[in-house]
Amino acid sequence: MQNSFFNRGFQRKRPATAHVLPPGQYETQDFPVLSAGPTPRLSLDRWSFGLDGLVSSAQQWSWAEFNALPQQDFTVDIHCVTQWSKFGTQWRGVSLDTLLELAGPTTEAHYVMAHCYGGYTTNLPLTDLTGGKAFIGLQYDGQPLTPDHGGPARLVVPHLYFWKSAKWVQRLELRAEDAPGFWERAGYSMYGDPWKEQRYLDDDEDLAAGTR
Amino acid sequence: MSRLDWQLATVEKVVTETPRVKIFLLRLPHWTPHQPGQHYTLRLTAPDGYQAQRSYSVASPPEQTGQIALTVELVEDGEVSSYLFEGVESGDQLEVRGPIGGYFVWEATPEAGPLLLVAGGSGVVPLMAMLRHRQRRGLRNPTVLLYSVRTPQDVIYHRELLSMAAADASFTLLLTFTRAAPPQWTGYQRRLDAGLLTEVLNRFSAAPACFICGPTGLVEAAASRLAALGVPPEAIRTERFGPSGT
Repeated sequence: MQNSFFNRGFQRKRPATAHVLPPGQYETQDFPVLSAGPTPRLSLDRWSFGLDGLVSSAQQWSWAEFNALPQQDFTVDIHCVTQWSKFGTQWRGVSLDTLLELAGPTTEAHYVMAHCYGGYTTNLPLTDLTGGKAFIGLQYDGQPLTPDHGGPARLVVPHLYFWKSAKWVQRLELRAEDAPGFWERAGYSMYGDPWKEQRYLDDDEDLAAGTR
Repeated sequence: MSRLDWQLATVEKVVTETPRVKIFLLRLPHWTPHQPGQHYTLRLTAPDGYQAQRSYSVASPPEQTGQIALTVELVEDGEVSSYLFEGVESGDQLEVRGPIGGYFVWEATPEAGPLLLVAGGSGVVPLMAMLRHRQRRGLRNPTVLLYSVRTPQDVIYHRELLSMAAADASFTLLLTFTRAAPPQWTGYQRRLDAGLLTEVLNRFSAAPACFICGPTGLVEAAASRLAALGVPPEAIRTERFGPSGT
């Protein structure tokens, strides 16, 4: 592929954004919905969320118990693999640091598999959930998170492509080894760094081989 | 090169399908067979280096080797769709990478069971790849395409769908017009409400595999209603165009 290729007569039409966009992304003001199947309708009295696997003390919270945990406000930029980015989104939720402190990961724990109501899964390195980088979102823009956006609670890991921010999250399983989740088994990246445009499994291989 | 590298496709033909939809037939130097339902990402580069990427479902079946048909709907203020509409003709080159997406795909096996395809507007495109693939394979699994459009002039692939239905008793085309129906139309003229979806499901003797594609509101409504009517959620696959999809 010659790098000099361009499309004759094509030019930017969208207003230039004040934000720095990851490669291949464009800015959107609204909040598109993307899911692989029907939106689960979850009743709060039967909802629970847990942390298990390689932890010293497995945790499970009811809706009331989870909401009683300390909550924080987060303002983050999100990047979807379908090319939209949304800046300055405002959330309230529980930091993963708070949750992991209660569960106590063992020294063998290096990866996390998020399991969701409806069967969705996604995998992440444990270190990407610590140090203020991730939270369980309960409110978006001052309102309870709606079902189409993953409510009542979703994992939010804003520095990775947004499919890693699992909707309708039910439990996080700490593991020694990495394993692909739902989209990762369908050819998407095991990691998903938007700034390296790590969208697909091929991008992981190219980055590892240094060919990109 | 690896499968998902960017490649320079040549536009072989541009067809104006409806006032708002054009079909671009591309010849690919490194074509690989796609699964019906998969998409390609298209990248435009301005002379100053500015780039924009959008994803488009493949409409052609994998039997059409060496080529892909991308069906593009003109979006208000869409910088990519408007350029493709106004600025691209046969002989031009376009950068694409794909095929992408391994979930919203239909596997055409001789044992394939009943199939319910639900489309809103240009959401029919990936479903068209499934229907064409099914036809090329000569499969006769009971199949319904329920296709919601605003007006008669918005129906994409209308003639092909009509002739497909005329030639194959196991395939049923159900159009519903939500804004204006053709004269003397006796079919559906409403949104995909529970009553309509119940009637469609009653056409099947066993629960069909469901693929739903279209604008977010339609997909959300149809998927929830089919699940509420007893279709197992794992049998319902969806693909949505957000409000900002271009």
